[in-house]
Amino acid sequence: MSQLNTHNPDKFVSTETIDGEIATLNLGPTHPATHGVFQNVMKVDGERIISSEPTIGYIHRAFEKLAERRPYNQITPITDRLNYCSSPINNMGWHMTVEKLAGIEVPKKVDYMRVIIMELARIADHLVCNSVIGVDTGALTGFTYVFQEREKIYEMYEEVCGARLTTNIGRIGGFEREFSPVFMSKLKKFLKEFPAKFQEFDNLLTRNRIFMDRVIKAGPISAEKAMSYGFTGPNLRAAGVDYDVRVMNPYSSYGDFDFIIPVGQDGDTYDRFIVRQEEIRQSLGIIQQALDGMPEGSHHADVPAFYLPPKEEVYRSMEALIYHFKIVMGETPIPVGEVYHAVEGANGELGYYLISDGGRTPYRLHFRRPCFIYYQAYPEMVKGAMLSDAILTMSSMNVIAGELDA
Amino acid sequence: MTEVNNENVLQALKEAFGEAVMQSDTQHGMLSVEIPADRNTEIIGWLKGHKDISMGFLTDVCAVHYPEQKGRELAVVYHLHSWTKNYRMRVKCFLPSEKPEISTMTGLYSGANWMERETFDFYGVQFSGHPDLRRILNMDEMDYHPLLKQYALEDETRDDKEDSFFGR
Repeated sequence: MSQLNTHNPDKFVSTETIDGEIATLNLGPTHPATHGVFQNVMKVDGERIISSEPTIGYIHRAFEKLAERRPYNQITPITDRLNYCSSPINNMGWHMTVEKLAGIEVPKKVDYMRVIIMELARIADHLVCNSVIGVDTGALTGFTYVFQEREKIYEMYEEVCGARLTTNIGRIGGFEREFSPVFMSKLKKFLKEFPAKFQEFDNLLTRNRIFMDRVIKAGPISAEKAMSYGFTGPNLRAAGVDYDVRVMNPYSSYGDFDFIIPVGQDGDTYDRFIVRQEEIRQSLGIIQQALDGMPEGSHHADVPAFYLPPKEEVYRSMEALIYHFKIVMGETPIPVGEVYHAVEGANGELGYYLISDGGRTPYRLHFRRPCFIYYQAYPEMVKGAMLSDAILTMSSMNVIAGELDA
Repeated sequence: MTEVNNENVLQALKEAFGEAVMQSDTQHGMLSVEIPADRNTEIIGWLKGHKDISMGFLTDVCAVHYPEQKGRELAVVYHLHSWTKNYRMRVKCFLPSEKPEISTMTGLYSGANWMERETFDFYGVQFSGHPDLRRILNMDEMDYHPLLKQYALEDETRDDKEDSFFGR
């Protein structure tokens, strides 16, 4: 926390008038450069932005209301659709929230398996975000390079849970099955081959003069402002604050792993890019450590009230049939109480505030969606910047429409 | 304060505000205190400015609707986090649904702006002093606050689904 930067990013903003005439420009909601449904009504002087007014909610799907009518295990697919670039993290966060409320202890092996999946998701998310920054500066090549790698991560999800984008991965209490040998070989191959491919991408952009000139000083934010605006995740760390939920409040045995938190200095687009690049490398390290130190044990906790029994058992044993019925019909008893659980999502602190009155569904579930909270700083970050920098700022903030609008 | 933990924070709050700390409980390691709605900025501002506790980060603002609690139907819940001490706590204010008014937290944390707009949008909580209290996720023409419990999720005229089996 001693690394707060003290310089003032306002100095980057030019004050010369370009045109002297103010025009209104409607950017979005379906502009191809906004990567999702974001609308900004901008006042521009020539190409310089005087003010920006974001309108959000185009894909609002009332998840919090929906969650009040769904049993706990049926809420996992809702969480998929928050940050859909890294849905496994959302799924795991939800499982852990319910486990915290119900007092379920999961085996160490489940923690490690979760860490592997979550870090793969973080890599996939950061790859998309960083390569899209390249696309928005006009460098499409890097995007095509890393999308091949992201595809491999999706194939691994497929191997674990059968789905690719909206994964619904894992269960309350653990995983539906062991990591298969195919998954393991794919993961090992990925760990071996990815660093070289990633280095190719890194070579294309990180020290590329044209890219650097384009992104340095674009959309900066100071550490104080970032904190006040509720920034978390790579965007906050790019501004120089080393806050990471994985370190501050370790969940899922993150305390066992050795990794560093990269921080930036200016909080501009380049810093956000660099922080994500380094986080990808750290994530690879974490996956390797989790793989090496994978404990023996079961892939799920012994919680029959939450964890579906094997299907063959359901046909043979009375007890399994009862639990199967109760879980499928959502009649699992759950303690009364309230709990807040946060995980480090790919774009910030993803929190679940859950209140249970003992009923079959949550009494109230609130998602603390990181990009909903930090997107409100966008008008301030692009004020005085060029229009093309506004596009870059948005893509480098990793605002995901699904999470923004919940 | 030697160590920032639930007991010490609660004690410090009680010493500073006495009666204003109306209720408190600790669940799953997080302290939750109830304070009067008209003193929210004062007490949270004190928590933020306190040299040991220094709740510099507003994690979350949301509301909860309890239709059976007469006179205190709406709860506004603040989650605070002190990054220097790595300490989280929860502060609640209860409001009557006839006049759900509470002062805004935007003066203390800029990030409260959209979180309060969301709370207003879904629960109709009026944040006095808010710079721009408009709906945020729902359309402006909407004339109700959809997360209140009186609005059932499914069509109430349906009789093919019995509530005792399918949901509350």
